[in-house]
Amino acid sequence: MLAESLALSAVLFTIGAIGVLTRRNAIVIFMCVELMLNAVNLTFVALSKVYGMAGQVFVVFVMTVAAAEAAVGLAIIIAIFRHKQTVNLENINLLKG
Amino acid sequence: MPNFFYEVHFYLFGLLAIASSIAFVTRKSPVAAALWLVNTMFCLAALYVMLEAHFVGVIQVLVYAGAIMVVFLFVVMLLNLGQPSEFADVRGKWGRLAAGLLGLALLAQVMALAGRKLPEPFTPGGGYDPIAVRDLGAIGSIAQPLFNEYLLAFELTSILLLVAIVGAVVIGRRRRVDAR
Repeated sequence: MLAESLALSAVLFTIGAIGVLTRRNAIVIFMCVELMLNAVNLTFVALSKVYGMAGQVFVVFVMTVAAAEAAVGLAIIIAIFRHKQTVNLENINLLKG
Repeated sequence: MPNFFYEVHFYLFGLLAIASSIAFVTRKSPVAAALWLVNTMFCLAALYVMLEAHFVGVIQVLVYAGAIMVVFLFVVMLLNLGQPSEFADVRGKWGRLAAGLLGLALLAQVMALAGRKLPEPFTPGGGYDPIAVRDLGAIGSIAQPLFNEYLLAFELTSILLLVAIVGAVVIGRRRRVDAR
């Protein structure tokens, strides 16, 4: 089932990347990033059956980083919403040249 | 050992994961998108259990579906973004074109890699060891490398979490004008 798992992980990663590129809502883009992290986790778990338990240890680390990233990123989104009253990325263009 | 029952359920959960992730990126409402993403994570947890990663399957449900997605839904509720926005959420023609091209490129790489042989395992005695898992249990077999080889990374993770907590509190705090 290794090849099927890797193919499924690649498809999920592709869907997440397409979501990041096509959506404008910052929260939905964040959730697409979580989907991409999940796809990578599936790769780790599938390969841990071949290469040893280290893959599952990495999954634990990835989940920790994802939780920290979600907390900080959502705090940033809340701070932006207080300033601009929107989470639409088209309207957040202060750094646009 | 993989048998017919195993394979049917593997493909079932895999197709469910793909279908619900496609539903996730196409929903307009952020709440519906978040709930479809939760469904994807449950399917992935089932796949983890089928790939002999029982502990990872459990923390996938507890941490991802239970904690992280609740934080997302909480922010959607706090900012009152539950209804789909009246102007289109999806980017215009060029964004969709770029996304489609990227998707095709990524899928082409998958197709090119399909059927290739994986490199031989380079860790001596690596691979899934049912005897070790039976002796140590599903949690012990993860804890063994986590607290021996990867102890430094584990300790650094605690600093990361501390920084994340402090950062989230500082950024998310409502500043009063007279406090400056």
